Amino acid sequence: MSNAAPRGANSAPSQRPLVDSRAPDEGDGVETSPEVSDRIAKTTCYMCACRCGIDVHIKDGKVRYINGNKDHPVNRGVICGKGSAGIMQHYSPARLKKPLLRTGPRGSGEFREIEWDEALNIATERLSAIRRTDPKKLAFFTGRDQSQSLTGWWASKFGTPNFAAHGGFCSVNMAAGGLYTIGGSFWEFGEPDWDNTRYFMLFGVAEDHDSNPIKIGLGKLKARGAKVVSINPCRTGYNAIADDWIGIRPGTDGLFVLALVHELLKAGRVDLDYLLRYTNAPVLVVQESGSAGDGLFVRDADGNLLAWDRAAKQPVNAADPEAKPALTGRYEVGGRRCVPVFQLIADRYLDENHSPNAVAERCGVDAETIRRIAAELAHVAFEQTIELPVAWTDWAGRRHETIKGRPVSMHAMRGISAHSNGFHTCRAIHLLQVLLGTVDVPGGFRFKPPYPRPAPPGPKPAGKTVRPMTPLDGMPLGFVCGPDDLLVDEDGLPTRIDKAYSWEAPLAAHGLMHSVIRNAWAGDPYPIDTLMMYMSNMAWNSSMNTVETIAMLTDKDEAGAYKIPFIIYSDAHYSETVAFADLVLPDTTYLERHDCISLLDRPISHADGPGDAIRHPVLQPDRDVRPFQSVLIELGARLGLPCFVNEDGSAKYRDYADYIVNHERTPGIGPLAGWRGKNGGSIGRGDVNPDQLQRYIDNGGFWHHDFSDDQRYYKMGNRAYLDFAVEMGFIAKAEPIVFQLYSEPMQRFRLAARGHGKVQPPKAERGRIEAYMDPLPFWYAPFEDDTVDLQKYPLHALTQRPMHMYHSWGSQNAWLRQITSQNRLFVHHQTAVGLGLADDDWVWIESINGRVKGQIKLIDGVNPDTVWTWNAIGKRRGSWGLKDDAAESNRGFLLNHIIGDQTAADASGKRYSNSDAVTGQAAWFDVRVRVVKCAADEAGFTEPQFERFRQPPNFEPPPDVLRFGAAFRMKREAAE
Amino acid sequence: MTCLPARTEKKLGLVIDLDTCVGCQACVTACKEWNTGGHMAPLTDINPYGAHVDGVWFNRVHAYEHTTELGGRTVNFPRSCLHCEQPACVTVCPTGASYKRAADGIVLVDEDKCIGCKLCSWACPYGAREFDSDVGVMKKCTLCVDRIYNDNLAEEDRVPACVAACPTSARHFGDLGDPASAISQLVTERGGIALMPELGYKPTNRYLPPRARSERAAKVDAPALEPIKAEGGFLGWIDRMLSN
Amino acid sequence: MHPAFSVVFFTTATGAGYGLLALLGLLGGLGFIPADFWLGLVGMALALGLIVAGLLSSTGHLGRPERAWRAFSQWRSSWLSREGVASVATFIPATLFGIGWVVLDRSGGWVAAAGLVAAAGAMVTVCTTGMIYASLKPIAQWHSRYTLPAYLIFAAMTGSVLANALFQGFKLGSTAVLTWALLVTLAGWGWKLATWRYNDQLEIPTTANTATGLAGGTVRSIEWPHTEENYLLKEMGFRIARKHSAKLRRITQALAFAAPAILLAIAFFLPWPLCAIASAFAAVAQFGGMLVERWLFFAEAKHTVMLYYGRE
Repeated sequence: MSNAAPRGANSAPSQRPLVDSRAPDEGDGVETSPEVSDRIAKTTCYMCACRCGIDVHIKDGKVRYINGNKDHPVNRGVICGKGSAGIMQHYSPARLKKPLLRTGPRGSGEFREIEWDEALNIATERLSAIRRTDPKKLAFFTGRDQSQSLTGWWASKFGTPNFAAHGGFCSVNMAAGGLYTIGGSFWEFGEPDWDNTRYFMLFGVAEDHDSNPIKIGLGKLKARGAKVVSINPCRTGYNAIADDWIGIRPGTDGLFVLALVHELLKAGRVDLDYLLRYTNAPVLVVQESGSAGDGLFVRDADGNLLAWDRAAKQPVNAADPEAKPALTGRYEVGGRRCVPVFQLIADRYLDENHSPNAVAERCGVDAETIRRIAAELAHVAFEQTIELPVAWTDWAGRRHETIKGRPVSMHAMRGISAHSNGFHTCRAIHLLQVLLGTVDVPGGFRFKPPYPRPAPPGPKPAGKTVRPMTPLDGMPLGFVCGPDDLLVDEDGLPTRIDKAYSWEAPLAAHGLMHSVIRNAWAGDPYPIDTLMMYMSNMAWNSSMNTVETIAMLTDKDEAGAYKIPFIIYSDAHYSETVAFADLVLPDTTYLERHDCISLLDRPISHADGPGDAIRHPVLQPDRDVRPFQSVLIELGARLGLPCFVNEDGSAKYRDYADYIVNHERTPGIGPLAGWRGKNGGSIGRGDVNPDQLQRYIDNGGFWHHDFSDDQRYYKMGNRAYLDFAVEMGFIAKAEPIVFQLYSEPMQRFRLAARGHGKVQPPKAERGRIEAYMDPLPFWYAPFEDDTVDLQKYPLHALTQRPMHMYHSWGSQNAWLRQITSQNRLFVHHQTAVGLGLADDDWVWIESINGRVKGQIKLIDGVNPDTVWTWNAIGKRRGSWGLKDDAAESNRGFLLNHIIGDQTAADASGKRYSNSDAVTGQAAWFDVRVRVVKCAADEAGFTEPQFERFRQPPNFEPPPDVLRFGAAFRMKREAAE
Repeated sequence: MTCLPARTEKKLGLVIDLDTCVGCQACVTACKEWNTGGHMAPLTDINPYGAHVDGVWFNRVHAYEHTTELGGRTVNFPRSCLHCEQPACVTVCPTGASYKRAADGIVLVDEDKCIGCKLCSWACPYGAREFDSDVGVMKKCTLCVDRIYNDNLAEEDRVPACVAACPTSARHFGDLGDPASAISQLVTERGGIALMPELGYKPTNRYLPPRARSERAAKVDAPALEPIKAEGGFLGWIDRMLSN
Repeated sequence: MHPAFSVVFFTTATGAGYGLLALLGLLGGLGFIPADFWLGLVGMALALGLIVAGLLSSTGHLGRPERAWRAFSQWRSSWLSREGVASVATFIPATLFGIGWVVLDRSGGWVAAAGLVAAAGAMVTVCTTGMIYASLKPIAQWHSRYTLPAYLIFAAMTGSVLANALFQGFKLGSTAVLTWALLVTLAGWGWKLATWRYNDQLEIPTTANTATGLAGGTVRSIEWPHTEENYLLKEMGFRIARKHSAKLRRITQALAFAAPAILLAIAFFLPWPLCAIASAFAAVAQFGGMLVERWLFFAEAKHTVMLYYGRE
């Protein structure tokens, strides 16, 4: 027995090996010590976006087994249902084999195989012509991309502003809501303090974002007996184990949260000290209706924000640590009437329209429950405070002998995000967290480095000017601080194809990939030439309004040319989108490639320290495929993009691996932060280290730095942390990060709508900007609620992600698809009675956008006004290596068909993207439906149905019997 | 062989925490991937990419709604071999293929002796037996007998694949015959339950029941919030708080 | 339980075969039936033929029939193994008896001894078959005091009705045998009705609550572990509609009990060969009816594992 301390997440005494793990002498001939593998390669999983460390066991040249890496900071040895099934993903029959050039009509699936050289020539020629004439005619959207710092940089060097990944239809509301408020956000930028929290609230989280860390965390809470409260219309997954499940009506979380705020304010249960130290609550706001400065902060001549000093009875620099700022009152400073931010907060949320009684019915949560939750929050935050015996120094140099914490933590995701009111709801949740004083404190919600950053952080979006053969003056995605930063022309019209950073979606920090196909098809705001996409199933489950999207992809003009002239698509598998490409660049699987999980991108840091990771080829491809990132780098070189070629015109980087090691974004800072410098002795900043990848491999595929104890909390105002962050290049200056409860950038948009400033919205947009760019969080009904006849479409329809599937990927996986190959529509028993439906009935699910047919399953654990189904199970025939009779394409269905991609026309006939008005986040969960039993002869199969895709050349039919593992055994037994 | 050992030296088994299981299927596929190349390899899948796909799995997770007068809860329920003390699946076996190990109590199938009569699957009330129609023999959970004693694995990895994978720590492994073992203590502490005890199979595995709405529930005894009644209401209160 | 034809036929055929063998061994060995070469040959061939056909059918049901020989090893614990041993062992006295009674045209003495031992072996074998089912606790409809007697009664019944038809066919029928066949048919009918009534009122203590350990209230399955049917559902998840089941019960009663009883009763009053024809029809109808009965025996049996799948 070893005496080493147990590693890994699930290493409780009851989860460890036997005290004596020697095989007993049973004499039954069982081989208890078979050889497991010839070698173990440690890399990073890609079965979803969680990016866990995995140990890949290779035996006889095949993957024998994949388990979690016990040292990895993300998953600490555990692995999820997807991760373990990685073997079947790697050996999927749907893997593309060679570059393909379309021969039949778009969408038919008729291709011929071509060599890589020809494929790259075709792409280079096309893109080169675009770059010489009008770079924005390349729309480059990269889907579920984990290499956005490369792809975005490539787009920038190419000179097109039309770049984004899938964040716009995923969770930009959470990212933007957080980054504009607290300078961080849930998931990748923060996490609950699982080890110390005593009260955990989970809003709108199915399995995703993120996967194993939440599960590990919930395991910890359960082991400690901490209370878990879930706010979710569906009682599945994490919500199933909540001590308190609140089956809220979809899209009303903001109301619920603001009612909690109301209760806490009314009872005086807010952390005033915390508000004064870390937020803009004391900052004075001009209150002069009609003036150009109305609603902006009061500043002194040097631009410092001012507060009102209660003691000195005069304005004071709000950042002055010695000040005694007021939180309430009405003042006059420099002749301007003003009030502290907190006064505005109190005025708004103490209003009775935010009381539990006022919101209960709309939320579907009784007022008593809201009051109880508020009381519990207050009780745990203020009566069960914790104190860690660690001394630390704040930004102003004040020493604190202990770290004080309020053990209430929260996590929120898609359920909040995927509504047209999600941005403000997310801000409301952060407001609640901050009022309780629970952000980055022991037991609360904690930032993950490189966050927090100033709210909003960093650079503004580039792309104001687009010129041939000219790189953008920055990265295409960024954070606007006011109308001046928008990407609009003199008429106020969008200059990006997805209309991000326009008046229609001013804070669109992740772009609007979901509107690209429609806009490109309509030539609105302009036609494009080439749509290049990577790894996103836009012709199926990643689009709203699938039927019309498919029609737009294949629509032709009068001359018979496709309205979207050229489509380049890269994917590893034969998804529903491949068939719509003109040129297909086949990608590798995740076990065959290099990747970096970079701090410049979407980090995998832990709240206790920054980290990053790599993928490296564990197996060599047995097909003529190449990793997309290497292909992109080669395309960059062939196009002669600056920074992709040396002065002599030769390629600067051999491939992605070469780029990962040698690229420097700014001097000393590259894709990987670990083992920098000639000898690998530096972190964060340092020279290029040619051995860097090997050092990562030797360390298990990742790098992680652990904070000293005094750096772990209050990062927004912790000197030791802030100094470290500057050193690492996370932030520019070691200044405190002030939480923006009141968002001045948003008010600037409002002022523009009121006719102030040099960039003003067109007349038609002013009402929308005025309404939704409210500097304080507020709740409004999801757009579809206001435009649909709710008598006719009384139900909400949601999707949840099955824990064992990642988008559409799981269905090609022989193991995962067995768990779910048909999705049911889950309907509340009571609701079914009203509709005359019985268990297992086949029904039409109808929205204003269309109808889809599926089979129902009756349950109790759902909000009665809500129906839901598993996401992305329905598949189109001919895709994903499935046989035509697979349940996925006969009984499984896709809710996407009935979710509109546009709002209903307004008075002027204008239709907006079906998205959040602030960020452009796709409003998947706004859809209203009715459910109608289908005729007897319609039961048993799903509709709509689509024509079957032809199979690419040399695709073998999938096997009838899978005996994976038999070969290992045969060889093992032969050797005995 | 199919006569049961009078007693086993150990009673190795699993404990599954229904209070914590989120139904993520991690144990399910971890089990599949280990065992499809392990002692009973392969865990054959029939028609893996078509209609009516049907594979061999040693561990399956159900979802239930448990409704009592106190309310409802969704319960995810992993189901695998319980390695019973009185496993009729063993005693009914006509060939000696099924047996219970005297050393550790693990119930195994010797594939070479199995004639595929399926009677063991009829005798098992829990559905732990999985027939592999491709090779015509019965297969089942081995409690990862080729992991828990495996010299080729690091000692810390010598636990069943399902336990190693479980992200929520809902699965536990150990000697349930030793009252002093951590797993036995967990069972005592949390009121672990044997399934279908009335049938007399004496399963070794135990299930820890959900805690919500029980005396073990996580509770916050918070007094109701009282609005500030003092002069000036909430804003007056703030002023006083700040002046202190 | 899935009513696999191989098993339905196996139990029905061997039941009739052993029933017939036992009667022949008993009556032939003790000289109650006159030795007749052709009667003996046909009777023994029919009995052993039914047994062999049944056993072959059951072997065909195996995943690995070539290993069937292994099934003789675990007679200490397994009723199935005991059945295998008993069935094969019974062939020894049966063969000796056949040689003595049919070939050597003898009764009494060692032939009688062989006949009695064969009869005993037949009975023991039928008992072991019955016990295979009666011992299965997960299937309450089988794990009852009705199952073992049912197998014995039905073996005696089908064997007797066959024997009667045989004797009648050889113009050697007797009122005693006819009466016995009729009585045992009525007894079988009664036993079946009692069994059905018992099963219909069965209160099974094992529920979804005890299966999941979730105490009190209702436990409802909302999702299976896999959306498609697996081995357990195919093998143990067979469902029969109440209406369908009622119809098949009526058919069972008509074919296995009512028709044979009537035909046998009529046979009392009919001259040869009409009484032989009626007896033969009775045997054929009963055999057909018993196949339906046995199909229902499986189809109506519910396994506890289906509680996990939300099927009662």
